[in-house]
Amino acid sequence: MTEYFNEMFDGGRVRQPYSGLDGWMREMPAELRAMKQAEAEALFRRIGITFAVYGEGGDPDRLIPFDMFPRVFTQSEWRKLERGIKQRARALNAFLLDVYGRGEIVRAGRIPARLVYQNEAYERAVSGFIPPRGIYSHIVGIDLVRTGPDEFYVLEDNCRTPSGVSYMLENREIMMRMFPQLFRENRIEPVDGYPDALRRTLASVAPAKCDREPTIAILTPGHFNSAYYEHSFLADLMGVELVEGADLFVEGGFCWMRTTEGPKKVDVIYRRIDDAFIDPLCFRPDSMLGVPGLMDVYRSGGVTICSAPGAGVADDKAIYTFVPEMVRFYLGEEPLLENVPTWQCAKPDDLKYVLDHLPELVVKEVHGSGGYGMLVGPKATKEQIETFRIKIQDNPVNYIAQPTLALSTTPTFVEEGVAPRHVDLRPYCLVGEKVELVPGGLTRVALTEGSLVVNSSQGGGVKDTWVLAE
Amino acid sequence: MILTVNHVTTYDYDAPMGAAVQSLRLFPSRFDGQRTIDWSVSVEGGVKGGAFRDGAGDRVEGWSIRPPVEAVTVTVTGQVETFDTSGVLRGHRELVHPMAYLRETVATWIDDALQELGESAVEGASDMLDRAHRLSSAVAEAIAYKPGVTHTHTTAAEALTQGEGVCQDHAHALIAAARAVDMPARYVSGYLFATEDGAPHEAAHAWAEIWVEGIGWIGFDPANACCPDERYIRLGSGLDAREAAPIRGITQGAGEERLDVTVALEQLQQ
Repeated sequence: MTEYFNEMFDGGRVRQPYSGLDGWMREMPAELRAMKQAEAEALFRRIGITFAVYGEGGDPDRLIPFDMFPRVFTQSEWRKLERGIKQRARALNAFLLDVYGRGEIVRAGRIPARLVYQNEAYERAVSGFIPPRGIYSHIVGIDLVRTGPDEFYVLEDNCRTPSGVSYMLENREIMMRMFPQLFRENRIEPVDGYPDALRRTLASVAPAKCDREPTIAILTPGHFNSAYYEHSFLADLMGVELVEGADLFVEGGFCWMRTTEGPKKVDVIYRRIDDAFIDPLCFRPDSMLGVPGLMDVYRSGGVTICSAPGAGVADDKAIYTFVPEMVRFYLGEEPLLENVPTWQCAKPDDLKYVLDHLPELVVKEVHGSGGYGMLVGPKATKEQIETFRIKIQDNPVNYIAQPTLALSTTPTFVEEGVAPRHVDLRPYCLVGEKVELVPGGLTRVALTEGSLVVNSSQGGGVKDTWVLAE
Repeated sequence: MILTVNHVTTYDYDAPMGAAVQSLRLFPSRFDGQRTIDWSVSVEGGVKGGAFRDGAGDRVEGWSIRPPVEAVTVTVTGQVETFDTSGVLRGHRELVHPMAYLRETVATWIDDALQELGESAVEGASDMLDRAHRLSSAVAEAIAYKPGVTHTHTTAAEALTQGEGVCQDHAHALIAAARAVDMPARYVSGYLFATEDGAPHEAAHAWAEIWVEGIGWIGFDPANACCPDERYIRLGSGLDAREAAPIRGITQGAGEERLDVTVALEQLQQ
């Protein structure tokens, strides 16, 4: 029987970060709880935040369950995490700048060339280009799990356009509206500085050719996209334009936005569309979402695209194994955050181990996401394991495996009252003139008892995440 | 050899169109095999956009034309002095790792026949250079030059099955066969000065380059069973014809497009 770290209770004792919530939990009558839960749901519906987190697909109109029980970190816990996250975000950016430049890490033999240059996410089109401040990934979402008081592991890095930050902001907003007294009794670090910090970050990477206050725009695929709410929400909070490809055009080496007062030059594009769709002249010729000629403008320094096309080569699951190596190579530091030990099925020895230990392991597709195409050994039936064994044997390169982690639990409101449920965490690190991290993030919770899968498409919910002030 | 180039590309539309945007790779590469004396690229009625040299060493220029667009005319004129480097791309500055050219594309998809062609071609080869030469010969033998039987979207596999094609098909097939035996290969677009021997090939030409460890990129032209020499002018490269296209463009609108290309290469007598 695996022991799971409970973030609130150590045996019968309440751990210090949660001391402010113990009474609140015990004193809340069931009727009040039901009322508040209904109120929260109504609020979420009204603001229209119903999209699937992390582009997982599924019904875009479905509400993601919100659990009112906050997840809490102390200041010292957070500081430690923060250092590790910033370190990782810096290393990932150094890696990107390097592999689109001279590729020193490959020359030094620290990462196999094949893994980098044959990677589907490696964009030859940006090779040799140094974006403003040398930054490729301006918003790095790092998915973390906790297994003990001091044990955190990075599950994956998201260097392209990690979504879900609107949940971090809305969860807090709604908690403050429903339980104002909690925020008077506990000193909780605010997260509402995020939109400003994001705007500052984006403005700080405006091209050298921009000689005034930079104009920033968020490029969305449109309202049919599952994360459209987040795109328009962030544009609103930052006070920047929300545009679709058809609203932009290129001329004279710059990118322009059509407005009622005529064309307006755009300096920084925070794009929420995939690389393949950015520019039909450079990538997928059938893309209707992008802007023809945008890559030529980008490469000649007329506009900055955030995150940079090609940033995805750093967050591939096969590259993930080498992130600690990146920290050592580029920063000369020891990694503060640990990776989950990972077996690469592409390696014969690893493959043998994985096939021999399937019932204990979590097996993932290298390019998969959203908890699909994944085997959780301990929770799988014999048939599921055997089916997966064949899939792995057919195409070992496509799979990696990791031990089943004993994900921590936090108290969660369930039918019967309050019960422990497994959680993960995604903080959003901003990389521009400064490397910044808002004290908080998105906590996802597996609402099904015993489940370790926190993905919203598979019964996951979200929580407000607190960092206590000192 | 000093070659003069006159290259005019016209896209005509049967109805007025919206804006046109182009990305041009129409500039002679900088390497020991050629020296640009004079070169100009212009787009009639167009506005010049951003220009840069990419990681593969190609100069790229963006252009746009405001609507309504009835025709797009791209004119290239220039003079280049060329030298025979036995096909070796010597003195070419580029940053892209050769391994990035092992990736397959739709046009260079390796089917069983191409895999087989690649493997049997290199059997018994003495070294990497010999392998590359054998691959080029094998493709030249497998695909006969015949214009009009293939089109722009014909893949390497289709051309091989057909056994006939033009320079684009030869280049695609050679690229696929080389990648099949793990040799990085890429598509090169440029011009060929057709000499008095009456070779039927068009002056707008394409060939392949194969990465030979220890030497570097070497050009191979299976369509002419040779390596590029002083009759060739190299413009740009890519994973396949689409990526290496000297002109990539999009014109908004539903009108029918008619393409007209004239290329004239002449040798300047000294």
